Amino acid sequence: MTADLAALLYLVSGVLFILALRGLSNPESSRRGNNLGMIGMAIAVGTTLAVAAPPDALTWGLIALGVAVGGTVGAITARRIAMTAMPQLVAAFHSLVGLAAVFVAAAALYAPQAFGIGEVGNIHMQSLIEMSLGVAIGAITFSGSIIAFAKLNGNMSGAPIILPARHILNIAIFGAIIALIVMLVMSHGADTWTFWAITVLAIVLGVTLIVPIGGADMPVVVSMLNSYSGWAAAGIGFTLENSALIITGALVGSSGAILSYIMCKGMNRSFISVILGGFGGEVAHAAGKTETRPVKLGSAEDAAFIMKNASSVIVVPGYGMAVAQAQHALHEMANKLKKEGVKISYAIHPVAGRMPGHMNVLLAEANVPYDEVFELDDINSQFPTADVAYVIGANDVTNPSAKTDPKSPIYGMPILDVEKAKTVLFIKRGMGSGYAGVENELFFRDNTMMLFGDAKKMTEEIVKALG
Amino acid sequence: MEIDPFIFRLSIFVLAIFVGYYVVWSVTPALHTPLMSVTNAISSVIIVGALLAVAVDLLAAGEGGWIAKIFGVIAVALASVNIFGGFLVTQRMLAMYKKKEKK
Repeated sequence: MTADLAALLYLVSGVLFILALRGLSNPESSRRGNNLGMIGMAIAVGTTLAVAAPPDALTWGLIALGVAVGGTVGAITARRIAMTAMPQLVAAFHSLVGLAAVFVAAAALYAPQAFGIGEVGNIHMQSLIEMSLGVAIGAITFSGSIIAFAKLNGNMSGAPIILPARHILNIAIFGAIIALIVMLVMSHGADTWTFWAITVLAIVLGVTLIVPIGGADMPVVVSMLNSYSGWAAAGIGFTLENSALIITGALVGSSGAILSYIMCKGMNRSFISVILGGFGGEVAHAAGKTETRPVKLGSAEDAAFIMKNASSVIVVPGYGMAVAQAQHALHEMANKLKKEGVKISYAIHPVAGRMPGHMNVLLAEANVPYDEVFELDDINSQFPTADVAYVIGANDVTNPSAKTDPKSPIYGMPILDVEKAKTVLFIKRGMGSGYAGVENELFFRDNTMMLFGDAKKMTEEIVKALG
Repeated sequence: MEIDPFIFRLSIFVLAIFVGYYVVWSVTPALHTPLMSVTNAISSVIIVGALLAVAVDLLAAGEGGWIAKIFGVIAVALASVNIFGGFLVTQRMLAMYKKKEKK
């Protein structure tokens, strides 16, 4: 195969990847899009095997071994993973992309002629710069994603861990990485120790960057690491002069960046303030002030009665629904209510859950039709005409003080106007505040009925009461 | 005057960022989780680099050859986890999105 033909085939797989993302504009075309992505990947792998044919049986064996081991692990994980664990899975996948980038860059350093970028100790300067950027971003993605995984998976507390002088520390590490890149480039790749020093420092930087960010800010972090994994791939793509890799890197990089932007906007926080961290501890409490105002309590029977007699109910799910695995019970309740002639819709806040689109996947898993599920902007105008807002596992995204109290930490955050519904049924485990440590005004409103209990158990009891 | 091939690659890169920008904005928010898992899968096209590393010619490469080969195999395995895992989990998720049944 000639180099020109190979380049064209890589271009084809790049285009197929674009179409894979394009397909996601609606659920119907998305499945075809995913298949196009797989074809694109097959073309890229096939082209590489044809253009740089493995020289001997041993090499073929090693490739088969790598693909078999990795592929089996990947396929089994994909089959078995619970939908509620999707945020951690995505974080874990990001870390693998980052680590793969590090290994590919390392291989290029030790055998540059295989990649056509010079010889050992005399690697082209430009390739070295691209490679070191790829390896630094890759290593940050690797360790940062592991921390994100540990926080999401509960191996590590979701509370922000504040290191002393962390900003100075991070800047110092960043400066050292830049200096080492310069040294590596100046030595034409002969000083391999600088390469490994870059890797180690970047791994440390990934940890120090993500550790101070709280669990509830993870949607931004996961999106940001998604973006980083793209930029790392693009860096390696430049080294390898491979357009499929460059296109993909750019696509993934901008995709992650847009998702981080959407998440930040959903919280009305700047990207910088999220990255600097120290916010979003799940157990943060407003200091010294205990709330003594009375709330209206209700039982499952009360809730069932109110909803049965409603003509429209809007369900507002949040992270608590994921934790309690309440989506199936919720769908059962919706079905019962539909039989009573109640119109059900679902309202999803952009930052509900721990990653972009988290709630949508869980509802889809529970067989909720996607045309009953609406985004914030599309459904907010419907709360005033709704009889019941059923808030399950969400809190801060429904807090009216985001609109009225300039002193509130979440002031300015776009929220779902649940308080405008005739009745708000608010399921909650206890009287604690949300992650932002803010009291929710909603609890004390006359039209709010608090249902204390586990989201799943309470919903199941309501199903029972509906008969 | 000849143009450095790097400039061509940079052009592809910049244009692809813009393509990505517009394509991703058109993704429906309901599919943001599958978007993340599929971008995960496609960014594992980095396996291309890993395959080159495994296929290194040991005679020409000298002592660094074995190191590159081993790193390459590890990278092939890591990327394969993502390729298979990423595409399959996306497929599984997308299969769950259903429209309202017509009665």
